[in-house]
Formats: sequence, structure tokens, C-alpha cells
Amino acid sequence: MLNAGIIGIGKMGLSHCALLNAHPDIGNVAICDASRFQLAGLKKYTDFSCYTDYKKMIQEHELNLLFVATPSKFHCDMVLYALENNIHVFCEKPLSLSVQESKRMADLANEKGLVTQVGFHNRFIGTFQAVKRFIDQNLIGEVYHINGEAYGPVVIEEGAGTWRAVPEEGGGCLFDYVAHVINLMQYMVGSPEKVSGTILKKIYSKHVEDAAYSSFFYKNGITGQLSVNWSEETYRKMSTKVEVLGKKGKIVSDAQECQLYLKEDPQKEGFEKGWNSFWITDQTEPVWFNLRGEEYSAQIDYFIQKVKNNDLDNVNSFESSLETDKVIQILRADAEGRPCETDIMGESRESCSESALSNSFWMFLKKLIRSH
Amino acid sequence: MDKVIFGDNQFFGVNHLSEERARQHMKKFKDIRNILNVLDYVNDIGIKTFMVTTYDKVEHICEHVKRNTARYKDFKINPCLPYAHKYANSVAANGILGTLKKYLGGNLLQSVSKGGVALAKKDFTKMMELLVDAELAMFKGVNIEAVFLQNVVTDLLLGLGMYDFFLSFSDYVKERYGAQPGFITMNMPLLVDVLEERNVENPLICSSINKINFRMSGGIDLYRTYLAGKNIQAIAMQVLAAGAINPEEAVEFIGSLNGVDAVLFGSSSPKHILDTKNLIEKYL
Repeated sequence: MLNAGIIGIGKMGLSHCALLNAHPDIGNVAICDASRFQLAGLKKYTDFSCYTDYKKMIQEHELNLLFVATPSKFHCDMVLYALENNIHVFCEKPLSLSVQESKRMADLANEKGLVTQVGFHNRFIGTFQAVKRFIDQNLIGEVYHINGEAYGPVVIEEGAGTWRAVPEEGGGCLFDYVAHVINLMQYMVGSPEKVSGTILKKIYSKHVEDAAYSSFFYKNGITGQLSVNWSEETYRKMSTKVEVLGKKGKIVSDAQECQLYLKEDPQKEGFEKGWNSFWITDQTEPVWFNLRGEEYSAQIDYFIQKVKNNDLDNVNSFESSLETDKVIQILRADAEGRPCETDIMGESRESCSESALSNSFWMFLKKLIRSH
Repeated sequence: MDKVIFGDNQFFGVNHLSEERARQHMKKFKDIRNILNVLDYVNDIGIKTFMVTTYDKVEHICEHVKRNTARYKDFKINPCLPYAHKYANSVAANGILGTLKKYLGGNLLQSVSKGGVALAKKDFTKMMELLVDAELAMFKGVNIEAVFLQNVVTDLLLGLGMYDFFLSFSDYVKERYGAQPGFITMNMPLLVDVLEERNVENPLICSSINKINFRMSGGIDLYRTYLAGKNIQAIAMQVLAAGAINPEEAVEFIGSLNGVDAVLFGSSSPKHILDTKNLIEKYL
């Protein structure tokens, strides 16, 4: 049996908490949150050990694994502390708000030989896994273009007042919807070398972007287009879609349906010339406990099995997530007209909170200069 | 309980196989008259139980049923609460506490003060009761046979181990509304064990049951054992696995299981509704 800890019991944290608690390989569960109100409810009605200080929780419990689901600006300090204490870490996306922080976490995890994972759950959705499989099987031939998009109704009016509206706290769709789409495109075709023509658009938010559009250029000549908007109330909930074009066919997939078009008969069982359809119902593996969809259960079980086997080869490792963070950073640079090299791994000696502080300082300074 | 239960996913843009089809439905049913037309048809062919999520449009549906008492004789509307997206979107904009304040506040002064006290005292059972009241306010005057807890809440409580809420919810629904408590879940066997342990007797449990083992945590064999051996009223949903199985084959399979009491399905086409109703009556 493994002992699990969770820091941050908002929407994702609660969901992780329920899934972990119901998992047959998990023994004790300890939780930590700054909100005494939420904690009071859980303390009263569950058997979890409850904390408001994560260091105390880590010291007092022999945790094997830790889930970090706090606002992103807190990730780095918490994750580093856990890794230093030899705990395997699952962190919600984005891993951090800066490439430097993400790299420090990835480096320490590698040095310590610990299992890490970031909550990019799309990689556990059966239809998207099918897309990846079809590309790897060379069914659509040489890939030349990819479109990635996501739309949904997160910020649909002016004046919303949570951390989502505050850039320094990881607000904005870049760290949320966009991170998911970039990560999914990365899963299919790798990371772009260059981005261009990036538009980060404020629609209802005053200080953060609500939509992002950009062109991607990959090393092997593949191109891509990103189109994301979280102020789209014509969608009932987040809808993510990818389209991959190859010389021998194409794949169009969302979370429900994966459609594969083949120019020629591939001489492969289960596939034919023309359109082939695959649905989530036949692409989904059963899970032990289902809360909000199989993918959330599957990603947690995957992490637990990796920890049990001490297997560091993880599809959503910190290292993989670092690539996503790099693309987010160059998208911002491109949109602001700054140079956007892919090699942006400047070594930082600052602590996490210092680097977050200095980020906010530069942003403040920039605003000041602009306003004058 | 009726064997045939009509559901409402198609009315507000849910389709588990195709987002495009969901969008088309959403457009069609934007006009409430199109929903009421389907409902009139459903009622006229003798389907007398409608399970419905507590989203805003339901108010119009309730009004329609109340206005046409003679036509809708014996018609039951069973609410499934909460409408999770409403709260999820609010949590994104206002935080958890902000959302509670918003919905516990309601329109009535009385519930403001009650809700305020409940919040301050961290009396979560009371908050649950107030949220149930807020969600059920629009159903006043219609015939409610059962009140269901949506799977997102049932399964969250189940996972967290907050089992006492199941009992509080059951008691409240029975006492305050004279209705049967129901639970929608993706984890039927586990829920049955918990409810049995908490002495919730003969509960209504609505869960995915289909031939291809879709959304059946624990697997089809375990479901078979629980359906046959446990004292529950079982409603099967997603029997077609969102259209992945041929209807006749799907319903025949449900009929072959020992212990399914009713089938919940949704559709917007009269022909499909009638065909499915006939299949359920033939096999169940």
C-alpha cells in the first residue's frame, strides 16, 4: 500500500482525492489546503488527515506520492520540497509559470530518480491515443500539418474576480486551455522549433488573454496552427480537437470521435480505404473507479503503477511538460514582439519565490513604462 | 416504477459520441416549443416518467405539464440534481465559497439567513438541504416520484468516503418531498455496498449498463452479480453505449440480465422513441 498526500483541494484536488481514496493500492490519504472552510468539511465527514501546512504534512506522514493541485504560482516550492524528501510527485498543469522553474523541478526529479507526472489528461483519452497510434503506425504517411484547437465557456463576461484573471497567478488561457492543446500537439508530432504570428487576445479579461492564435513550425518541415478561445459560450464545456494531415490521409479527432481518412487501402485489418470511424466507447479501457471520465482515473492509475514499479519512463513526465512550458513562453514572446528562440533555458540561481517575484517586478516595470 | 423512463440529455447539447450532433440538438432545442413537442409525443404514447436535469429551461417544462393536467395525467418528473456545469462554471468565476454564497443566497430572505448561518457554522448537511431546496423550487406543483443525485456528486462523495451525506440526502428527500431517493453512478457495485452498510433501503440506482462494458466500473460480471443478488431498484442507462450497439441487441441484452427494473433513454426522433419504448416493453 502507498500513502498519498494532496496539496490544494479545489476542483482538481478534490477529484484526485476521491480517485486516490478509492484506489486499491492507496493506503492513507493526507490533505492540505489553505482554506479552512473546505478543510473543515473534509475533516468532519472523511477519514483524511488534514493540514494547512504542507511541510508539516510531508514531515508527519510517510508519503510515497504527492499530488500538487494548488494555483500554479505555488507549485515550484512545494514540488521541490517533496522531491527533496524523496516523494514521487504528480503536479497539475501547468507545471509552473516559468521555464526556469519547470527545469529546476525536472532536473531535481531526474537527479533523485523519482517518478513525476503532470496532469495533461488528454493523453489518456482513448480517441487521442488512437490518433497517436495511427501516426506511429504510419497509416497517414508523412505528416505535413497539424491543427490544434480548443473552445469553451470559462470567461464569458467582464469582471470575473478569481486568480484566472491575474497574470502573476497563472491566469489567462495560455496556462490553461492553450497548455492542453500544445501538449496534445506535442504528443502527436513533437515540439515546434519556431512560432510566428501569435495573437494573444483579451476579450472579457482586462489583464490576461482569453484567446490565442498562432502558427507553428517544426524541425522536420511540419507546420501547425493553434486556435484556442476560452470565452466561447457556444460550447457547453471545453471542446478540444486535433486534425493531422499526412500525405496518405488525415485524422480528425475530438474526445468522442476519431475519424481516419485513408487515400489507399492500407492492407491492414480493421482499416479500409476512405473514412474509418472510431469512438470513445470502443477506444476506452475500463477503470477501477470513474468520477469525471475514464481519463482522470486512467492518468492516476498510470502514475501509481509507475511509482510501484519505480518506472521513470512517463508519458507526462516533468521533462515532457517542460517542453510545453517552453512553447507557452515563446508564444508570449512572439506576441509581444520579443525574440522567441526555442533555446530559452537560461540557468537561474534564484529560488522559486524569488524568480516569481522578479517576474512580477519586470511585469510591473513594463506596465509602468507603457503607461508613461 | 415505470419500466420506460425518458431522459433529457438530447435537449441541452449532450451527445457522448459526437459534439457536432450535440450542437445540432442544442440549436434545435433552443426553442422550448421543440422540447415540449417531443415531450407531448412521449407522454401521448404512454411514457409517463421523465428524468430531468435541473437546468433553467426545466421551469418551462414544469409549467407546460401543470397547464395541461388532463393530458399529462400520471406524468412524473424526476429531477436529477445538481446541474453540475452551472456550479462548475460558477466555481471557475467565484471560487467554491463564492459559489456556495451565490446559490445558498437564493432569492428568499429566509434562505439567506439560513444559508448564512449554515455557512458560518460549517453545517454542511444544512447546506446540502438548502441546495436541494434551491434546485427543486421550480418543480413545485408537479408530480415528483424520485429525486436523483447526479453521478458527478454521487461518485465524488463515494470516492471521498463522505457516506453520511447519502443517508442525509435520502432522509431529506423522503421527509421534505415525499419522494424516493435516487442515485446516478458510474460505480454501481461500490455504491450498493456503501448504501447497504448505511441501511439505505431498496434505493433507486441508475447506472451505465450495456453489452460492451462501457462505463461499468468493476466490470460486467460484477454488475451481473449485484443486479441479481442485491436489494435495489436498478435503472439501466447508456444501454446503447451512445449508439455503439444496435438497439435491439442492446435492449435484448438488458432483458437477459436478472434484476434490471427500468431503462432510461433519450432521443429526439419520434420514431426512435417509439421503437425503443417497444423494445424495452418486449424484453424487460
